[in-house]
Amino acid sequence: MSNCSDVLIIGGGVIGCATAYYLAQKGVSVTVLEKAQIGEGGSSRNGGGVRQSGRDPRELPLAMKAVKNLWPTLSEELGMDVEYYKKGNLRLAKTAGHIKILEGLTERAVAKGLAVRMIDAKEVRDICPYLSDEVIGASWCDTDGHANPMLTTLAYYKNARRLGVRFITGENVVEIRKIKGVARQVITADNVYEAPQIILAAGYESRAIANTIGIDIPMNRVLLEALVTEPQVKMFEQMLGTAEADFYGHQSTHGSFVFGGTSGMDAYTSDFDVPVNNSRTASCICRGIMNYFPILSETKIVRTWAGWIDECADHVPVISFVEEVPGLILACAFTGHGFGISPMVGTLLSEMVVDKEPSIDLSELRYNRFKTKI
Amino acid sequence: MKKIMDRSIDLGEFLPQADDEMIICRCEEVTKGEIRQAVHDGMLTLTEIRRYLRTGMGLCQGQTCGKLVKNIVARELGIAPAELESAVSRAPVRPVEMRVLGNEGLENEVLTGGGGHV
Repeated sequence: MSNCSDVLIIGGGVIGCATAYYLAQKGVSVTVLEKAQIGEGGSSRNGGGVRQSGRDPRELPLAMKAVKNLWPTLSEELGMDVEYYKKGNLRLAKTAGHIKILEGLTERAVAKGLAVRMIDAKEVRDICPYLSDEVIGASWCDTDGHANPMLTTLAYYKNARRLGVRFITGENVVEIRKIKGVARQVITADNVYEAPQIILAAGYESRAIANTIGIDIPMNRVLLEALVTEPQVKMFEQMLGTAEADFYGHQSTHGSFVFGGTSGMDAYTSDFDVPVNNSRTASCICRGIMNYFPILSETKIVRTWAGWIDECADHVPVISFVEEVPGLILACAFTGHGFGISPMVGTLLSEMVVDKEPSIDLSELRYNRFKTKI
Repeated sequence: MKKIMDRSIDLGEFLPQADDEMIICRCEEVTKGEIRQAVHDGMLTLTEIRRYLRTGMGLCQGQTCGKLVKNIVARELGIAPAELESAVSRAPVRPVEMRVLGNEGLENEVLTGGGGHV
């Protein structure tokens, strides 16, 4: 089989699979190269939030358009239930300090046109009656929600594959090579692939791959940890977070709760080749949850997991053409909140290939925005 | 997983089998037919199947069905089970209540109940 196609996508995560799907719909021939397996990185290791509130104004328009135009019909479009709930996001506060943090976030989002507001303790309990009495208020965005990241990624993969996209797993990309000044070849440990358009969407590994062609994106690998409970009767459908960011999560269609959180020592964990849970973090997350949901203290934890966040220096992604490297598009550094915007990012990347221009202005997410402090 | 795998392979038509209704993953009630169909949908590793169908994601975390799923997938792909990488086992080994896992404990605290010191 020929190793040439119209577009080569490096990375078989939710961004790569969604982009492949939208490109295939437009009749473009696509090959996706994935080092491990489908959705192995952040795509299967995130809290499933489909949020607009709490987002940086630079990426908020992507989230708002995804929630308005793409998420509501995604299950139907892909013929698979991606477990999307548009039931709102509560960001909880216990102290006056928390309220102040949330008021700041809310103010900035409202300025960008998002319908989010502060609510009092009574209204919080009307929305979610299981919360501790210590909760004194929250920010509330009723169009936020959550979905199942693993099913979303696999649904895009399955449909892209059905439309003829060629997926090759186990291909470890080592280099992007220019021919006559244009990015053209992708070299893996065993093969060479060729396309006039290359999209680099390989999470943190994008940095090393982009380095081979002289481009550097300032990002780090940060550990993220989460836990999953046994299934419970349906209690609430909202996405939850806290001002202090001590935990976040939701109840899935299955009935289990998925809660993520931090231990405060996350930046100082041992560096393994694969993400490994720290023995103290799950216990810490449990304490965080029980502080807000005493009712869950008898609920059993069945599983914990860890993943890497490709944390960008300024905490928003890079979605960009590269001036010095015609033929290359970057889509990386999503900083742990790429899943919620993934349908929009896939759409925009397909537009960048086919129309040579995205339908939303992405200039604030360009690759060369990073400046030193002096 | 390190093996290069072109996902465009043709497995032929999905042919129903007499025992497709048999439950393989008891915790999540996943049948043999669903597992076989998942392979035909392009889920070619045990981890992808787990994420797609929830096999081995229930209370026993695959301790009961892990091998069975592996054999079914291998047969569907026409390869030896040993060629498939097992899905990752994750802590805790047994389900634990949040109040227990979240218990900070005290260095000199004597744990009572059950068998005394643990």
